[in-house]
Amino acid sequence: MSDKHVDEISGVPTTGHEWDGIRELDNPMPRWWVWTFYTTIVWGLLYAVAYPAWPLLTGSTEGLLGYSSRSEVRKDLAEADNAKSGYMTAIKEKSIDDILADEDLRTVAVAAGGAAFKMNCVQCHGSGAEGSKGFPNLNDDDWLWGGSADQIQQTVAHGIRFTKDGETRDSIMPPFADVLDGDQISQVSTFVASLSAPVQNVSLVEPGRTVFAENCAACHGDNAKGNKEMGAPDLTDAIWLYGTGEDAIAAQVRAPRAGVMPAWDARLGETAVKELAAFVHSLGGGEK
Amino acid sequence: MQNQDVTRLDAVATNSAANRQPLYASRKKIFPKRASGSFRQFKWIVMAITLGIYYFVPWIRWDRGPFAPDQAVLIDLSSRRFYFFFIEIWPQEFIYVAGLLVMAGIGLFLLTSTVGRAWCGYACPQTVWVDLFLVIERYFEGDRNARMKLDAAPWSFTKLRIRVIKHATWLFVAVLTGGAWIFYFADAPTLARDFLTGNAVPTAYATVAILTATTYVFGGLMREQVCTYMCPWPRIQAAMLDETSLTVTYNDWRGEPRSRHAKRAAASGASVGDCVDCNACVAVCPMGIDIRDGQQLECITCALCIDACDDIMGRLGKELGLISYSTLNDYNANMDIATRSGTCDVTPELVRNPDGAFSDKLAHFHIGKLLRLRTFIYFGAWSAVGMSIAFALATRDRLELNVLHDRNPQFVRLSDGAIRNGYTIKLLNMVPQPRTVVLTLDEDFSGASMTVAGAEATNVLETEVTLEPDRLKTIRVFVRADPKRLPGGARAFEFVVTDPSTGERAEYTATFNSREKPQ
Repeated sequence: MSDKHVDEISGVPTTGHEWDGIRELDNPMPRWWVWTFYTTIVWGLLYAVAYPAWPLLTGSTEGLLGYSSRSEVRKDLAEADNAKSGYMTAIKEKSIDDILADEDLRTVAVAAGGAAFKMNCVQCHGSGAEGSKGFPNLNDDDWLWGGSADQIQQTVAHGIRFTKDGETRDSIMPPFADVLDGDQISQVSTFVASLSAPVQNVSLVEPGRTVFAENCAACHGDNAKGNKEMGAPDLTDAIWLYGTGEDAIAAQVRAPRAGVMPAWDARLGETAVKELAAFVHSLGGGEK
Repeated sequence: MQNQDVTRLDAVATNSAANRQPLYASRKKIFPKRASGSFRQFKWIVMAITLGIYYFVPWIRWDRGPFAPDQAVLIDLSSRRFYFFFIEIWPQEFIYVAGLLVMAGIGLFLLTSTVGRAWCGYACPQTVWVDLFLVIERYFEGDRNARMKLDAAPWSFTKLRIRVIKHATWLFVAVLTGGAWIFYFADAPTLARDFLTGNAVPTAYATVAILTATTYVFGGLMREQVCTYMCPWPRIQAAMLDETSLTVTYNDWRGEPRSRHAKRAAASGASVGDCVDCNACVAVCPMGIDIRDGQQLECITCALCIDACDDIMGRLGKELGLISYSTLNDYNANMDIATRSGTCDVTPELVRNPDGAFSDKLAHFHIGKLLRLRTFIYFGAWSAVGMSIAFALATRDRLELNVLHDRNPQFVRLSDGAIRNGYTIKLLNMVPQPRTVVLTLDEDFSGASMTVAGAEATNVLETEVTLEPDRLKTIRVFVRADPKRLPGGARAFEFVVTDPSTGERAEYTATFNSREKPQ
């Protein structure tokens, strides 16, 4: 480095390196620049003291300001809770019909119910509430226990055939395997199937109607329209919980299956239940 | 004892006190003298216009009716709207701003290839505010010589008083500068009142504080160092100059050899150029350079040296333009004449006729030299982008429709066997007036009807929707169709929204899903 090269034009020494004839002038730094540099060092030291910085065996130093990203999140969540507390209070205090009548409240309740649904309900009813065999589709307009908002709320709150809840919706269809003989079961199954779709064995329909009137109409109604008071399904529509067609119906006549839905009131609280009911009611099949 | 074998090394201590270079150097103070002349006049005008725009635009009112702010230029970040006089921009229309940025980029090319670093010299905020701060400095401390004297003087009460007043005035201007900025982001009169009564949001105070600091530091303390050390613009602009771009040029083909005693030198038969080495050009330079060293990175082409030199040339009865805006081509051509193509030193006699007037062979700048393929292409691209923006703005939709098809479930079978699909429809009313629009289901979609969630009427073909001013409205719509009249699988159809009062119309092609029909 004793070979100090000095640029002829500017009279400034160069750094001593050369790249294809190009040399870099070794001008002194501006003074303010070095002050900026020192400032960043001071800033860094202050930062390391004020904020979590130095790693320890478990965790890190906490810093004098006590900052942590977790507490920031907690603060943000608290702020968000605070911001929506007006809605939450209103949802808590108002009846579900009043909530649905208010556009803002309805929007909030449906959104909150949607979130609760994804946590608690999708396991049986599916992520789109589309249901599956044995688990009702909540999007359609067919309701076993009623599709008005307060009926849905009642169902969500107390469940179905959930014996731990005294107010649960309860009914049971008896097995007819011992009551009816094989022919009668074929006849009544064909009759029920014929109510919503054409059937092959038309000759069985009329005898089936008689069997139905004698054994089934008590719950399902003379016109087979069902009875929501006791959760007896409408047998004239296109929606079948346990499968379409004579065979599926016959199986259900012989040894009926009946689903159980838990009660959510005790678990989620009344407000969340109301929100869930608002969400389910909003899916498209909700009744007045 | 003397050892005859000692070898004397030819070594110099690299870091000997004599050779040591400082690692850091303080700024060398610059005391620009006040210039006067046509360029200075022009710069005063530009300064008045640019500062006027900056400080007063937020206070212009523009009536948009009761549902929108009445501030002509407003960047409303909290409700995500940008207002510019008669134009209102929603966030998704930011493409117009992107277009403006493209125009600014191409405009920079255009400007630089023609008039060089005109942005730096006249319009850059750094230049304008430094100019303003220098006006204040001159007002309190006097012109160049007085300032140099004051600076060199030992600290006294008078010096302290002058300095304190100067810095206080600078800070005052800096506060006004930082203060003006925030008025672009909120209703100016309201914000001004809140700000002064201490009721504005902390962000407003923080923004003003930061911009006050930057204005004061950059405009008052750092000045030319911002351009020389911090700004990438000079490097970029320097790369975009070419031989036909205008730059501030010392015409040494007529100035050299410079002489302080021109008459005496001429009398003794020596050849003398027009430069009398008065250093007027150096004294006025805000960048602290000598333009006679040639074009250099620091030069912001503010042209104050042209004013200073023209003043002297005028007084000496010589032609103006010893320092002038000139292109490198013209300069080289004239240098060729003055030096017999580089074979001799600059000889002023070569550029003049025997009667003393300039030779006809000299190259002069005229506006036609700016008309080149390069500038035409830049101008073409620049105006094409501009006209595209204008066209897009003039024809853009103020009523829009977006449809989100439910994907889960894809479709729902209803108790009467019908198939239902769900849609989330977003209706954008992009004008600051409420309006009632009509949402219609595709008339070709036979057997289909729709129900708006929450509405009284069910299974309709069209429905009225009331939209709030300048708002997006989200509605849920259920469309049901008879499976017998569906093709099976997916079917495309249109949602149409119209505003009967204006005739505006927007459509969206949506899909209706149903069970695949068995083959």
